[in-house]
Amino acid sequence: MTNQPLLDRQSIVVLALLAAVAILVPALNILAAPGSVLHVSDHLVPLFGKYICFALLALSVDLIWGFCGILSLGHGAFFALGGYAMGMYLMRQIGPRGVYSDPVLPDFMVFLNWKELPWFWHGFDWLPLAALMVLLVPGALAFIFGWFAFRSRVTGVYLSIITQAMTFALMLAFFRNDMGFGGNNGLTDFKDILGFPLQAASTRIGLFVLSVAALAGGYLLCRWVVSSKFGKVLVAVRDAESRTRFLGYRVEHYKLAVFTLSAMLAGVAGALYVPQVGIINPSEFAPANSIEVVIWVAVGGRGTLAGAILGALVVNAGKTWFTGVLPEFWLFALGGLFVFVTLLMPRGILGAAKDIWERSGRRLRPARVPEATAQAAE
Amino acid sequence: MTAPVTPALLYLDNVSVSFDGFRALNALSLAIDHAEMRAIIGPNGAGKTTMMDVITGKTRPNEGIALFEGSHDLTALDEAAIAELGIGRKFQTPTVFEMHSVEDNLLLALKEKRSPFATLLSRRTAQERERVDALLERVRLTSSRHRKAGELSHGQKQWLEIGMLLAQQPKLLLIDEPAAGMTDQETADTADLLRDIARTQSVVVVEHDMTFVRDLGVKVTCLHEGSVLAEGSLDAVSANERVVEVYLGR
Ligand SMILES: Nc1ncnc2c1ncn2[C@@H]1O[C@H](COP(=O)(O)OP(=O)(O)O)[C@@H](O)[C@H]1O
Ligand SMILES: [Mg+2]
Repeated sequence: MTNQPLLDRQSIVVLALLAAVAILVPALNILAAPGSVLHVSDHLVPLFGKYICFALLALSVDLIWGFCGILSLGHGAFFALGGYAMGMYLMRQIGPRGVYSDPVLPDFMVFLNWKELPWFWHGFDWLPLAALMVLLVPGALAFIFGWFAFRSRVTGVYLSIITQAMTFALMLAFFRNDMGFGGNNGLTDFKDILGFPLQAASTRIGLFVLSVAALAGGYLLCRWVVSSKFGKVLVAVRDAESRTRFLGYRVEHYKLAVFTLSAMLAGVAGALYVPQVGIINPSEFAPANSIEVVIWVAVGGRGTLAGAILGALVVNAGKTWFTGVLPEFWLFALGGLFVFVTLLMPRGILGAAKDIWERSGRRLRPARVPEATAQAAE
Repeated sequence: MTAPVTPALLYLDNVSVSFDGFRALNALSLAIDHAEMRAIIGPNGAGKTTMMDVITGKTRPNEGIALFEGSHDLTALDEAAIAELGIGRKFQTPTVFEMHSVEDNLLLALKEKRSPFATLLSRRTAQERERVDALLERVRLTSSRHRKAGELSHGQKQWLEIGMLLAQQPKLLLIDEPAAGMTDQETADTADLLRDIARTQSVVVVEHDMTFVRDLGVKVTCLHEGSVLAEGSLDAVSANERVVEVYLGR
């Protein structure tokens, strides 16, 4: 039977690598002598943490694009909403330590002469509620958006365009001061999380390890989804949507379910990102951000989950290096990379690597006879 | 449900469909009985595929009645609901899930709960396995069960798609041009398979290949410009003057 195991060889490698990263980065930060080549300096820990959050975001995009063919060019919006929910908690944690020393109101509200906390800020000083909102707000938006889009059978490029419009509209809304989210400055000047100072090296290590754990958990969840019969239906929708309908599947329900789940994963990524970079502002909603995520997935290898993680890490590490050396050229390099991958490596780095692996394997071993082995296995 | 208004399994009456003023179906009426096999012939553009679109909920007719089992109004249901009622459809070009294994294609088609929640938690049972085994045997794909459906030959894909229809256990199978692109032997085998299916289920077959239609040996309906031109045995229909005119006049 082709019942896919939850953990195939590739997933075990992914999880083992993530575990290694979760141990090595903190160990090399704490134990390796500063100045040695092995030392991971304090500012690198949150930088790596940021990459890990991007990898989780890429994973969420691969789940819908790679497996169900929904090309969302607006996933940055769900990421940003998760980030804002976390940012609101962190703002409330500042308490009277703000510039204006107001015990309740964040600085930007005092500056705007607001007298009391808007209703939607209530409860955000309590982490469990904020954490719930990290899931619920992106999830609810995705559900409502998907309800209308999938029911009216909006697909392909039209769907992509309206997801861009969605994130663009949210960006404009969050730029407004009267929205109550800090306008174009966003939320920043955070002090601590659950009482741990955000600037402390130990807190940063904690957040890093938590991010890796979230990525591993997200990966396992996605593996579970795609290796189930549900996941097979998703691929069926991707490859032959009307065939799936005539078999009796309600395609729009499947799309809605996976789109909502994916938005929640993106929200978690955003929530872990914000304490590590120390700010969330409306530019996170910029349409270009969402497009960049799709490029990470394409570069790593769409429809593989592991490829999404790989692509996010490689492209973002490249971005950090490139913006250090030739900042003006980063966007050209990214565009060039995308064109290169689309034309020459349509299955991404992971797909290309697999091809090379299989080709070299065939040369070493006698040609496999899949038919015969399959028969023998029964 | 109200009392059935017709004993027929499928009942189309006065169905019309127009696309931007062009009448693809023009007051089409047709009735298919339980466990009946019917062959539909007619020149290209006669409206055969459009008729299937109407029956399966893909296209809404501008007017007319489409009833299944005498009581289900097909014009008010969507594709999934119609499939659930027991109408399966094979497309004109074979459409299978190319990236899935042959076995998984059948597994997805098996008559089981279709909701996202049910499929997320479903575990493959021994009984499902047996059903898949039997289907693989019936469409002669047992030795290809682990291959990707995309790697199959054209004829094998046609058969896989028929196997997927059978997996749904429909009461009515709509089969659009099954012999297209098949070798003579495959065509003959397909006719055998369909005759076998028609012993228990109703089958509507659209086909151009006259040898194939003769092999089926069933009542024939000839469509032309969206309505029924002639109906009866193949010999009677091919002797019909207007049918000859339509086919030769092309
Ligand atoms: N979606 C559509 N839009 C416009 N015209 C269509 C559409 N579908 C079918 N037609 C037209 O309706 C007529 C009947 O088509 P069809 O049912 O596919 O014929 P057949 O299957 O008998 O060859 C053709 O002239 C075709 O061009
Ligand atoms: Mg046709």
